[in-house]
Amino acid sequence: MPRYFTDEHEWIDVEGETATVGITDYAQEQLGDIVFVELPDVGAMVDKGGEAAVVESVKAASDVYAPITGEVTETNSSLEDEPALVNTSPEEEGWFFRLTISDTGELEGLMDDKGYKTFVDSL
Amino acid sequence: MRGLILSDDQTTDDMEDGAPPIGQLPLDAWHRAQGARMVEFAGYEMPIQYTGEGGGIVAEHEWTRTSAGLFDVSHMGQVLLSGEGLDEAVEAILPIDLSTLKLGRQRYSLLLDENGGVLDDLMVSRWPGNLYLVVNGATKWDDIGHLREHLPDAITLHHMDEHALLALQGPKAVDALARHATGEYALSDLTFMRFGRFEIAGHVVTIARAGYTGEDGFEISIPAEAAEEIATLLCAEPEVRPIGLGARDSLRLEAGLPLYGHDLSPEISPIEAGLIFGINKRRRSEGGFLGAVRVQNEIANGPAKMRIGLKIDGRMPAREGAKVFAGTKEIGVVTSGGFSPTLGAPIAMAYVDPAHAGENQTLEIEVRSKRLSATVSPMPFVPHNYYRGS
Repeated sequence: MPRYFTDEHEWIDVEGETATVGITDYAQEQLGDIVFVELPDVGAMVDKGGEAAVVESVKAASDVYAPITGEVTETNSSLEDEPALVNTSPEEEGWFFRLTISDTGELEGLMDDKGYKTFVDSL
Repeated sequence: MRGLILSDDQTTDDMEDGAPPIGQLPLDAWHRAQGARMVEFAGYEMPIQYTGEGGGIVAEHEWTRTSAGLFDVSHMGQVLLSGEGLDEAVEAILPIDLSTLKLGRQRYSLLLDENGGVLDDLMVSRWPGNLYLVVNGATKWDDIGHLREHLPDAITLHHMDEHALLALQGPKAVDALARHATGEYALSDLTFMRFGRFEIAGHVVTIARAGYTGEDGFEISIPAEAAEEIATLLCAEPEVRPIGLGARDSLRLEAGLPLYGHDLSPEISPIEAGLIFGINKRRRSEGGFLGAVRVQNEIANGPAKMRIGLKIDGRMPAREGAKVFAGTKEIGVVTSGGFSPTLGAPIAMAYVDPAHAGENQTLEIEVRSKRLSATVSPMPFVPHNYYRGS
């Protein structure tokens, strides 16, 4: 199951025709204690690079962007009661939403694991 | 995602035109060695939070509420005023009654412009032969200019930029500090809003029992060259950890204390801000300070808007700039908002039409085109824990 990364610190796992999206460990570390996650509605269409979710830390609100275009099929309801999952398990249990993949071509240009690590090290 | 780097949103309006370039405070290297994440604030690089064990805004917040936190507030301006006719000259500017400010006492006051808008809020202390002022970091250069402009030539203004300022805050602050501070009298003799001369590690320091967290605590003015030594000494105490600006903001919000540049500005009067206690009684009737006309008018007839506290339903915080509604009618705006670690819920301060400012009124706040239900709540949100004597 290939995982890709954006330069806005989202990760996306591709599984056939759907994908799962979250934010990276680096992102949660930068944000600090997360107190609320606003997720998109199931059935909503999100555009590549468009706002898809909002993550609120104690201090500030940050937008989360959709890495690719697609229709939201599921959101992580665990985050409603336990937004801190994004801090404790950002790249597994703290996933944000799943969506259909409209255009696999959009995955090109995203970073792989190694590429993202190099990118983060350069920050 | 965007908005990732915790650059402080407060800096946007705190940075004034003509402010000097980004400066470094005496404890800059010390903070970095403690694992601080530094951001630009009030013209300086300052710690927003620390990393590693015990670090993070919520952990630092909770540590301060239950133990003791050391805050570096050296960005604030420490100003000494002296000279013939000092009290009279200062009363022509500030709405303070200096005839009742005794030696060793500190009082909250306000720097107002001619129109009664708040230029800054500050602490005024009576030292032997001097008045000692602590003003906000982002406004200090303008404050100094304003004071120089309005004070007569006989008054000398000394900016104590050779001094650092530390705040030790929390219920166990007194235990940690008492092991190091020696003086003519015991630290326990200092009650809230009193101060005195002490020595820490052989350095002469001034300690005031005051702060910006709602907790018992101290503000300690120290020579800049002793800052690292004293910060290290205090943080070596088991009760004490260094705390960044992030927790300072969430602590003061819970304590209901306004933040200049957000909850206070030249567009806001002290009466609107609910700070009438900063206008001392004699001055309310006598006037004779800058901005007195508007202040007296608002005392008599009521202000056009009022600062209130709001408890928000659910978990989604409302931030500065969010509009406040009563039904369909827009009645105000949020000036500070965030998540209260102590209450486990979002809280905010807002300015609203006084008709809708009554306690327990239900209002709505618009956040990203959603309406959040909120209840007008008395402040502080979390009770103050000041030491007023045993």
